[in-house]
Parts: sequence; structure tokens; C-alpha cells
Amino acid sequence: MSEQKKNSKQYGFDWGMQVKPVYTPDDLKEISLEKDVGNPGDYPFTRGNFPLMYRSRAPLNRVYSGFLSGEDTNARLRYLFDRGMKTMSIALDLPTQLGLDSDDPRAEDEVGRIGVAIDTLQDMEDAFKGIDLGKVSTNITINALAPILLSMYVATAEKQGVARDQIAIVTQNDILKEFVVRGAWIFPPRPSLRYTVDVIEYCAREIPKASPVSVATGHLRSSGANAAQEIAWGFEIAFAYLQAALDRGMDVDQVASFITFTFHNKLNFFEEAAKYRAARKIWARILKERFGAKDPRSLMLKSFGGGGMEELTMQEPLNNIIRETLVALGAILGGVQGVGLCCYDEAYTIPTPEAQLISLRTFQILMEEAGMGDVADPLGGSYYIEQLTVELEKAALKLMDEIEKAGGIVKAIEEGAIQRLQARGAYERQKQIDSVEKIWVGANKYVSEGEEWDVKLHEYDPTIQVRKVEKLNKVKKERDNAKVEKCLNDLKQAAESGVNIMPSTLEAVKAYATIGEMTKILKSVFGEFKQPAVF
Amino acid sequence: MGRNNPIRVLMGKPGLDGHDVGAKVVSMALRDAGMEVIYSGLHSTVDEIVQMAVQEGVDVIGLSILSNAHLPIAKKIISKLKEKGLSDVPVVMGGVIPKGDISLLKEYGIAEVCPFSTPLNKVVEAVSKVAQSKG
Repeated sequence: MSEQKKNSKQYGFDWGMQVKPVYTPDDLKEISLEKDVGNPGDYPFTRGNFPLMYRSRAPLNRVYSGFLSGEDTNARLRYLFDRGMKTMSIALDLPTQLGLDSDDPRAEDEVGRIGVAIDTLQDMEDAFKGIDLGKVSTNITINALAPILLSMYVATAEKQGVARDQIAIVTQNDILKEFVVRGAWIFPPRPSLRYTVDVIEYCAREIPKASPVSVATGHLRSSGANAAQEIAWGFEIAFAYLQAALDRGMDVDQVASFITFTFHNKLNFFEEAAKYRAARKIWARILKERFGAKDPRSLMLKSFGGGGMEELTMQEPLNNIIRETLVALGAILGGVQGVGLCCYDEAYTIPTPEAQLISLRTFQILMEEAGMGDVADPLGGSYYIEQLTVELEKAALKLMDEIEKAGGIVKAIEEGAIQRLQARGAYERQKQIDSVEKIWVGANKYVSEGEEWDVKLHEYDPTIQVRKVEKLNKVKKERDNAKVEKCLNDLKQAAESGVNIMPSTLEAVKAYATIGEMTKILKSVFGEFKQPAVF
Repeated sequence: MGRNNPIRVLMGKPGLDGHDVGAKVVSMALRDAGMEVIYSGLHSTVDEIVQMAVQEGVDVIGLSILSNAHLPIAKKIISKLKEKGLSDVPVVMGGVIPKGDISLLKEYGIAEVCPFSTPLNKVVEAVSKVAQSKG
């Protein structure tokens, strides 16, 4: 039978693989089912980290939440907990991420806008009031100031009576990618790296359930990287943190399992599931062969998978629910430890409670109604998936090799090489959208001209800054200012002397020093990053 | 028609938001369309952006805002331009901007708004159009 192809469409992926119309047993010939694929729970963990996968360890679902004040955020978190949320993922406002108090002139118009405004420990206590920090795990998207936010979390948990070894906290603490995308940097790269390692070292000593670094390579993917670059750049960044910790005298098995990853998916869940399989295999092999890790936990890649808002459309926004369902499938079928989905209204602004609930429900329906996590690595053994996994692994390894030969990732970021590749990728993608080579249903194809879908959107409360400044002034009045002064001096000395910054940060936080006060001290020691011309 | 020099655009990232992919992509598209683009860098204040516009003698200011603070920033930049006698420099805004805010932004004096998912050729068209109207 002869069949004609209907059009000239190219089938494949932007990292170079052409996709055939069908895959057959021939595609498995080059692949060793024993060595390359193996069983779930066995090295190199291609098929997942654990033999029973989700039957023994249910994946977590992060619903990124936070806005206005600690109290406002607390109410939203409780709304989600009441509906089955099991873990918290906290969004901070931009002034907090950049170390500005709510009364700083540069914070004007931005207080509590895209996340919760945290000035002092008091705000964190308000945000987590009535939530047992010994029972939930929490992700905080904080990078440049991870030691401060981690200290606030630890102090809040301790006030609740939670033992340090029960505190399960993820700080993103992935500063290198901030210099490429997202831009929430404060200090220059080298002191920032030291600051990152301080958190790793402290957690290794004090908080065994922490993940002090979550390499958010998904931000690179969302900003123009393809799936191979997402793996390669993310791993090279992780190795930079790992190496910096080893250089300080830590052992690889003390560090590796503390580094986790957050990836972003596009909609083709075959590609994305293969991405997690390839990534686990690469991580296990390099950690064992290059870094000499022995503890199996060091060899297991711990990954979160989510969506970036770049795949969402403003047009017909409810269609984004379907897009995020595909994102979730790619992560669950790929064997991640957790999922974080976008809400359908996030092409407009931060989500409403209803939109967040749908994102939570999407995950619950996939896992509990549809049984998508019942069997470990259900795509394993598919001619197509195994071939895709191997091809993606090869493409990522090639990119990693190129970066290492050219002097490593820190140099590539300092010189802007990664930034240029990433911006070029984003430009090409946009051109493909404009030419309808990449299809966005309802946005660049089958567009319903002139029809607007009315969706209720989150509205910002502009009175927040006044409320927040009043509260800040009250805290400043009631705290022991002499003690704050002393703690800030100690913090300065720690920063200057090069000892671990965490203990003095924790003391300053407990004395209710503000984020702005502490950041000012650190800037005076570390200096501030001056952005080079990037394009 | 009527101008020999390429259109000069200042691409600004006002406020604390560091998501600059959109600013970069639009800058590349404007350059490919023959314009000159100067970039403010991240974490710029409105005052710094207006100061750069004065120094660089640009024809158009483009602002990329994903932090939801587009309304107050629009008000500020229009009043600052007025204060500096630069009311004839048109401002084009892009980013995560709800449709409902577009008419409000235009009322404040923003010349064109190109929200998330606007095709690049439409952005180029919008910038050319407002630059021509400046003369």
C-alpha cells in the first residue's frame, strides 16, 4: 500500500531530532534494555527513582501562591489546604526578592503585587499562622536572598516548636540562572556562589530534610532553551554549585542529594516524559563516574516538572486548562517527584483562587481519578519513547561537552554566551508563532476575531503599601533595636570574614531585622552586580 | 517616508521585574527591521529611563512590563516626560497587560500597547507608526 504525505510539514523537535512516522522493534536494536533502561529504582534510574514509584511516594503538587500581606496569603493557603493541597509553594513580591523593604521608594507600586510582601519575620509568621510546618513541605522561590528567607522559615518553624530535622523546605537558591533569565540578582556572581554554598553547608549540618538548591532550569526552557539545553544548562549550573561545595571540603554524598531540579514542560508529553528519563540517566552516570558518588540518593535526580506561562494564551484562556493538563501528563509519565502547573489566567496576571483550584483539581483528577501514576514508567519499552530518550540524552551530553570545553558554565554566563543562545531561541520561537509554523490554537490559528471571553481576574489592592508600612513601623518600634544593631554588626563581620552566613542571619532574623537592613549590610560587603550589555 | 535616519528606540525595563525575554525578542525584531535599539538594562527607575531617552535622543520609548505595575508606571513616565519637555516622544508598552487596561493606558497617554502574544510584525508596525507621527 502506498500512502501520500498530506503536506510538507516537518516533524521533529527543536533540539534536532527528526521524528519518523512510526517506530518499530528496529529502533530498540542499539539500546541495551538492561544497561540503558533497567528497572525503576535501579541505576541509572532511567525508569524512575523508586521501584513502586507513586505507590510508595505520591508526587507533590505545588500551587504557587502569595500576594499582598502575610495574612492575605495565609487565607489563600488555607483555602487551598481545605481542598486537598499537600505542599506549599510561596511566591514573594519583587521588593522582597530584591531586598527592599515595603517603605523603600524603589518598592513603590510593587509591594505585594506578584507575591507576598515580607519585611520581617513577623510577615512570615503571619503567612504560616495555624499551618504546622512540621507536617508540610514548602517551596520558596527565593534566589539572591535565600539565607534570609530560609532563616525566617526556620525561625517560624522553631517558634511553632518544630524540630530542625522535621523542617522540609526547598529554597530555589539558584542564582546563576538569575543572571541569564528572570533577573532577580543583587550581588555579583562570585560572592553569590559563596552565599549559595553557605545554605547547602548549613542544611547538610542542620536541616536534613531541606533542599537548599532547586536548580530552576525550567526558567531557561521558558525563555528560549530547548529540551536538550534545559538539561545541559541546568546540569552544568548544578555542577558549578556542587563543585563550589566540594572546593569547600564537603563530600559529594553530603551535597548531591540536596540539589533538586525544577523543569518546565511544553505540551508534547512524549518529548517531556523522555526528557525526565534522559535526565535521570545522565545525572546518575555523571555523579557516579565523574564525581565518585556512592550513596544511591546522590545518584537519583530529584525533579519537579511544571509549566511556564509562555505556553499560555491570552485568547480563549480556558483552553490553557487543557494545555496545563498536557504539561502535567509529561511530568507524571516522566516520573517526577512533583508537579507545579500554571493557572489558566496567568497570561494576564497572578491567579484567582478559582484558577488555582482548577490547577489543583487537574493534578488530583490525573492522579486519583484517571490513575495516571498507578504504574511506574508506563511509557517504558515503547519503541518511540526509548529512541526519544536516547536521542535527547545524546543531544544534551553534546551540549554539556561543548560548554565544558569552552571553559564552563560560569564563564559562559559571565560572557553572555548562554544569554545570547537563549535570546536567539526565544526570537526564533516567536517568529515561528508569527508564521504559524508553531501553532497556538485560538491565538494564531482558528482565531475567533472580535470575540472576547470574559474571565474574572485577580485585582491588586493598592492600599497594601500603606498597610504594610504601618506594620513595618510597628515591628520596628516594638523590637529591641540595640539587639538588632548588634545582630547586623555580627552579620557584617560574618560576611567579611567568610564564615558561613547562616547562623548570624538567623540571629538577625529572630531579632526582627528587616530584609532591607540585612541586604544593605550584605551589599556593603559583597558589592552589587552591574549588568553587562547583553544584546 | 520623509526620514532618512533609522528610528531610534529606547527599550526600557522599568521597575524590579527581571523577565527580559520579551524585551530582547522585540529588540531583535526592531533591529532586523532596521531600527536602532538602546536597552535600559534591568531594574531601571522611570527617572533613569527618561534620563536615558534625553541623552540618547530617541524617537520612541518601548517599555516591557510583566510585573502587573503597568498602570502606575504609565502614569509616572507620561508625567516625567511632560516635566522634561519630551511629551512628543511616544511610549509603546508591551508585556502582560490585560485587555481591559489598554484603553486606560491610552487615556494616560501611552501611544500604543502590544500585549503578550502580539505578533512581532505588529510590534514593528506600531513602533514605526508612532515614530512617523512624531515626525
